[in-house]
Amino acid sequence: MTIDHAHDTHHHEEGFFKKYFWSTDHKMIAKQYLFTGMFMGLMGGFFAYALRMQQAFPGKTVPLYGVVTPTLYNALATNHGTIMIFWFAMPVLIAAFGNYLIPLMIGVDDMVFPRINRLSYQVFLLSAIVLIASFFVPGGAFGGAWTAYPPLSANANYNLTPWGASLWLVAVALEFVAFLLGGINFITTFMNSRAPGMKMFDIPMVLWTIIIASILFMASVGPLIAGAIMLLFDQTMSIGFFDPAKGGDPVLWQHLFWFFGHPEVYVVLLPAMGIVAEVITVFARKKLFGYKTVFYTMVGTGALSFVVWAHHQFIAGIDPRMANLFTITTVLISIPIAEMCFVYIATLYKASIEFSTAMLFALAFLAEFFIGGVTGIFLGASGSDIYFHDTYFVVAHFHYTFVPIAIIGVMAGLYFWYPKMFGRMMDEKLGKIHFWGTVISFNCIFIPLFYTGAAGDQRRIYNYQNFPHTNTEFLSDLRTFATISMVSMLLFQIPFLYNFFVSMKKGKVAGKNPWKSNTLEWVADSPPPHGNFKELPEVYRPPYEYSVPGRAQDYWPQNEKA
Amino acid sequence: MMEQIITQASSYAAQIDNVIHLIAAIVGVWLAVAFYVFFSFIFKYTRKRHPKAAYITGETHEDGKWVHRAHFVVIACDVVILVFAAMAWHHVKQQLPPAEATIRIVGQQWAWKFTDPGLDNQLDTVDDINTIDELHVKVNTVYHFKLEAKDVLHSFSVPVFRLKQDAIPGRVITGWFKPTKTGEYDIQCAEMCGIGHGVMAAKIVVETPEAHAAWLEQHKSQNITQNIKTKNLKKLAINK
Repeated sequence: MTIDHAHDTHHHEEGFFKKYFWSTDHKMIAKQYLFTGMFMGLMGGFFAYALRMQQAFPGKTVPLYGVVTPTLYNALATNHGTIMIFWFAMPVLIAAFGNYLIPLMIGVDDMVFPRINRLSYQVFLLSAIVLIASFFVPGGAFGGAWTAYPPLSANANYNLTPWGASLWLVAVALEFVAFLLGGINFITTFMNSRAPGMKMFDIPMVLWTIIIASILFMASVGPLIAGAIMLLFDQTMSIGFFDPAKGGDPVLWQHLFWFFGHPEVYVVLLPAMGIVAEVITVFARKKLFGYKTVFYTMVGTGALSFVVWAHHQFIAGIDPRMANLFTITTVLISIPIAEMCFVYIATLYKASIEFSTAMLFALAFLAEFFIGGVTGIFLGASGSDIYFHDTYFVVAHFHYTFVPIAIIGVMAGLYFWYPKMFGRMMDEKLGKIHFWGTVISFNCIFIPLFYTGAAGDQRRIYNYQNFPHTNTEFLSDLRTFATISMVSMLLFQIPFLYNFFVSMKKGKVAGKNPWKSNTLEWVADSPPPHGNFKELPEVYRPPYEYSVPGRAQDYWPQNEKA
Repeated sequence: MMEQIITQASSYAAQIDNVIHLIAAIVGVWLAVAFYVFFSFIFKYTRKRHPKAAYITGETHEDGKWVHRAHFVVIACDVVILVFAAMAWHHVKQQLPPAEATIRIVGQQWAWKFTDPGLDNQLDTVDDINTIDELHVKVNTVYHFKLEAKDVLHSFSVPVFRLKQDAIPGRVITGWFKPTKTGEYDIQCAEMCGIGHGVMAAKIVVETPEAHAAWLEQHKSQNITQNIKTKNLKKLAINK
């Protein structure tokens, strides 16, 4: 991480601590989020490795981990889910890309609240430390599933993790605080600081998606923060908000959780869709098909996502008549999502596609997300959800949405913006090995799990030998195959990590605009100095003017006069 | 398709499977078309084969035509799926055909406790038969179940019946099933319920009326004494 301070007129050279840990520079905060997120992501991946090994080879010692007992299995599964959503997908997609891209793409020198921004990361780091600490307390880490349904989560007599459960809850609540602080900063900066001339529909789509995601997050998280505090009271003082013996109701938590939990899916989906929009337009040399259509479908998806939450609770004991209403709203979400997919496909029509690693990841995102999207319909439709609920079909479905979002989409973004972040190019050959290894392994993990789910494998079971019907040789073989593919997917991240860290020093020097892209971040130096631009850019046109007829160049930067 | 993967052993299993088949057919066609168009664009419009990209805004009515027309088909498919899903849901969860027998199911960490009404076919009488992790039912009989939970959430799941229902402490949830095929099948707990969640397996034995009668006869005497004992114990506890 070398930051060129030659053009830095705002600040003197800072000390090591100030520069890397106490910085208010949006780019440094973005990198802090990125590296913390990547570290947590690797940890979540390692947890998945341990629990999948236990499924494939029940009771055997897992290399590098040890024996996975039922207690440990539950703790690993719970924290795998929690980490991947809250400490990997959100920090990388929203906080890292949002912090890095918002000021650069709207052409300003920094966020409007740099100190709130710094605080946001510090609270986030604290939340990660609290979560990791929960593994080392008496009783061990919380194992009551990432949804933490009471009474199990509310009462240490039931979950047997008196410390782990509370620490888990505190960590999640702190993480929400970090993202609330970040969200305020994002929205304010985005609304107030755009470069002169940048109208609403001149804003690159990825920023819209991050902003819509921030609004969704801030609007949906309130009930869950209230719920978290109520649950904490139940755990520590036995107040009984969720305890039926004291007049409470355990299902209330499910409503509070999923009222946030479902919009959360779109909080991470939208930024990934935005990243993909930037990448495919650049490497297809093509204008985004129907910018306004994309924008309105994003807003529509966001709005609809607030009224679908009870589809997670069809069989949870809610009034069965309610399921009909929530089935309708859930299936309606297919309309804007299908529209988005059509528009992205249409963007490829008569394009001129260059298959860089970033583009391959962006295209793979679309293909995998189609599968994730359509398999959701089996679960959103109340009739078929009676059977599929809480089976491995669900697990396979949401990994077909979250892996494209948090891994494939993130990779598209990292390979694309790496030259800007670090001033050097990543190696394309290693990138392609990483791409094919990751995508093929990913499909080999989860296609078999659709089948085991349909055959009756329920979730969160550490050993299927206890269930005669799902203990068949064929189903065991499928689970083993999925585990081997999982290990393969993890191993294929090694070329990526090598490429990522070695290219910082050894990669080809990138220059300002290696991809011949239109948006404003490519006007700044690579990497941009503190303060970003030598002179703040002005904007004259929308972001996706590629291959405009009658021009010699096939791109037309937003800041170029005429 | 589904019946090859897992047996259908209840009266509504086929209906739920048909919803699954219907959705699979509809989304299968969509997925095939989407992949076909997507990959044909990728192969056709590479930098080599198509060096100069076209300039299409997608904002005009003419451009939007293809996307919007596809849209109406999506809405039509949604409606078809909704109708069949809601019909299956209504049949399984929103109505109760008259019961021929009623059983009680109690989930607790980490076992299933079943109460059969016994010879008089009435729950809460002295001839009730309590069993742990084993449920005996008659084939082709409409059962109502009273589902309860003692401590945390559990979920009563019988995959071959395509039946799943969460159990909530403090509530009694009534549901129904009608077994149609004799045999022994798995009962699972499908809701995270603590460290023993992975061992909370039980067995459902669907048997002919004759076999069921024999089972009742066999368990009758021991259970009556057992039940009277427990009742006395409860009285003792209350008196204390």
